[in-house]
Amino acid sequence: MSWFKKKEEYTVLRPKQVAKKVEIPEGLWTRCEECQTIIYNKDLETNLNVCSKCGFHFKINPEDRIRYTLDDGSFHPEDQQLRSIDPLKFPNYQKKIDTLHRQNLEKEVLSGVGKINGIPTSIAIMDFRFIGGSMGSLVGEKVTRAIERGIERRIPVIIFSQTGGARMHEGILSLMQMAKTSCAIKELHKQGIPYISVLTDPSTAGVMASYASLGDVVIAEPKAYIGFAGARVIEQTIRQPLPPGFQRSEFLLKHGMLDKVVDRREMKNTLFTLLKLFSGKTCDLGHISAAQTDIMDVNDNICK
Amino acid sequence: MAPNEIWLDFEKPIAAVKKQIEDLRALQEAQEVDTSSEIVSLEAKVLKLQEEIYGNLTPWQRIKLARHPNRPYTLDYVEALFHDFIELHGDRRFADDPAMIGGPAFFDNQPVMIIGQQKGRDTKENILRNFGMPQPEGYRKALRLMKIADKFKIPVICFIDTPGAYPGIGAEERGQAEAIAYNLQEMESLEVPTLGIVIGEGGSGGALGIGVCNQIMMLENAYYSVISPEGAAAILWRDAAKAPEAAEALKITAQHLLELGVIDKVIAEPLGGAHQNITDTANHIHEAISQFLQEFGSLSPEDLIRQRYEKFRKMGQFQEN
Ligand SMILES: [Zn+2]
Repeated sequence: MSWFKKKEEYTVLRPKQVAKKVEIPEGLWTRCEECQTIIYNKDLETNLNVCSKCGFHFKINPEDRIRYTLDDGSFHPEDQQLRSIDPLKFPNYQKKIDTLHRQNLEKEVLSGVGKINGIPTSIAIMDFRFIGGSMGSLVGEKVTRAIERGIERRIPVIIFSQTGGARMHEGILSLMQMAKTSCAIKELHKQGIPYISVLTDPSTAGVMASYASLGDVVIAEPKAYIGFAGARVIEQTIRQPLPPGFQRSEFLLKHGMLDKVVDRREMKNTLFTLLKLFSGKTCDLGHISAAQTDIMDVNDNICK
Repeated sequence: MAPNEIWLDFEKPIAAVKKQIEDLRALQEAQEVDTSSEIVSLEAKVLKLQEEIYGNLTPWQRIKLARHPNRPYTLDYVEALFHDFIELHGDRRFADDPAMIGGPAFFDNQPVMIIGQQKGRDTKENILRNFGMPQPEGYRKALRLMKIADKFKIPVICFIDTPGAYPGIGAEERGQAEAIAYNLQEMESLEVPTLGIVIGEGGSGGALGIGVCNQIMMLENAYYSVISPEGAAAILWRDAAKAPEAAEALKITAQHLLELGVIDKVIAEPLGGAHQNITDTANHIHEAISQFLQEFGSLSPEDLIRQRYEKFRKMGQFQEN
């Protein structure tokens, strides 16, 4: 790491063998959670999992996000060998991890480098399926490495958040990931590297109170639930009903906490334009082309 | 027994014997009966009970001590440890937050910047200070003061004592998450030594919001946790009454955090907790601050920032092949 010399003192253990990904057969139709319209799955996919009638944004997996955001075949995943462990011997946590690993959800954050209309970026996408996208040591580490990768290679960083906050099961170590990631973001800002934070439904608590709030530009998908404290906690504290639309993207935009609410179907173009505007003077956009020879194979495994 | 003495459940056996001693003393005075030998044996019993009880505190019992109504708060330590303290107010954006206090003062002969969450001693003060739960303005004021310290090259000492950042409508509207996040980011690059001391409750992000320091210390009975044990119990077992079990599972005591490499030092408290003897507690803190300033006072800005970065960079446990 050229901008900072550091000693690495991670806990290193042997990973378990992971089974091949199993495709779960799905029905042909999906009902929109918002307007109840029945949508043909193929149409839903063509429309990037947005309801064509009411614009409702379905939750999507990081693999889909990669396909919707990056140029075909440009994604090169990193840090895929990292796995969560149970440092505190917390009740039922190891069992939970094992179950999720058996479902091939071991990545927790899908991160790596890829291109947006030709512009290389370091990207990290949280996976809500792993304990509500909560941030434990692994998530903090992968996000930090994605940020450091942006600094090292002098390419912009994009992080998609989808999370309920810090992961209780790793106790204080989860809290410290907020500090770790935010310190990395500070170094990135000092180096003039652009960082765009994209908030998707939901983005709350410890992640919002760290890297998700620290983008040069912070954008959100429509109607995403975003906040520091959970609505129920607030209600219990103040003993009052909450105002309509409270803690939704549009509410945050109105209160000055967001730069923009962006429809998923416009996301790639918006990111591309921002990167074009911000990356020219400080980034090294030709840098990763040499390291991209094996991208096609890897991408085939990841994005199908 | 002092009138403001408050005994926690697990301290009741000690309180009972202390009451006996008091009664015997009163008897001795009133009727000129010699009870001194009974008193001596009861005092020995108190000592034995104290060692038994305070020597084997569960995490939940420590939390009770950390939340003890007589526990010393930030301003008590400011008075005991510093002089010429001038409290500075306001975030220059929206308001002054009395749940977060701060200002410059002398520590021995060295100027420092003090920042800390502040709880109230009674209901009226607690309403003013919002039970030590800062609004976004509190975090923004704290950062403003840190930047002043940065400008004048004086160390920053943060006293951490909050159940958490306030969960309210206004706090959300004014960016509670952003306020904390921005502090985490900016504290990384302060060019002066920064020390955080958890003196009572280290309530999650609300505590960390002034906690990205070169060193973190904890008083012996303080706790520092990602979530309140009550909250964790409600999620885990749908039963907030199981908070003692959650406290155990979350590993939130000073000793646990030292073992996990999250904090640098445990500062001893008098038997029975900091409130039993504020002077002793303050002396222990004084020694810890002196040592810190000696160790970090001569580091260059670059070294301070690098040390801070590396400190947090290596936190976390996972496997990698
Ligand atoms: Zn719809």
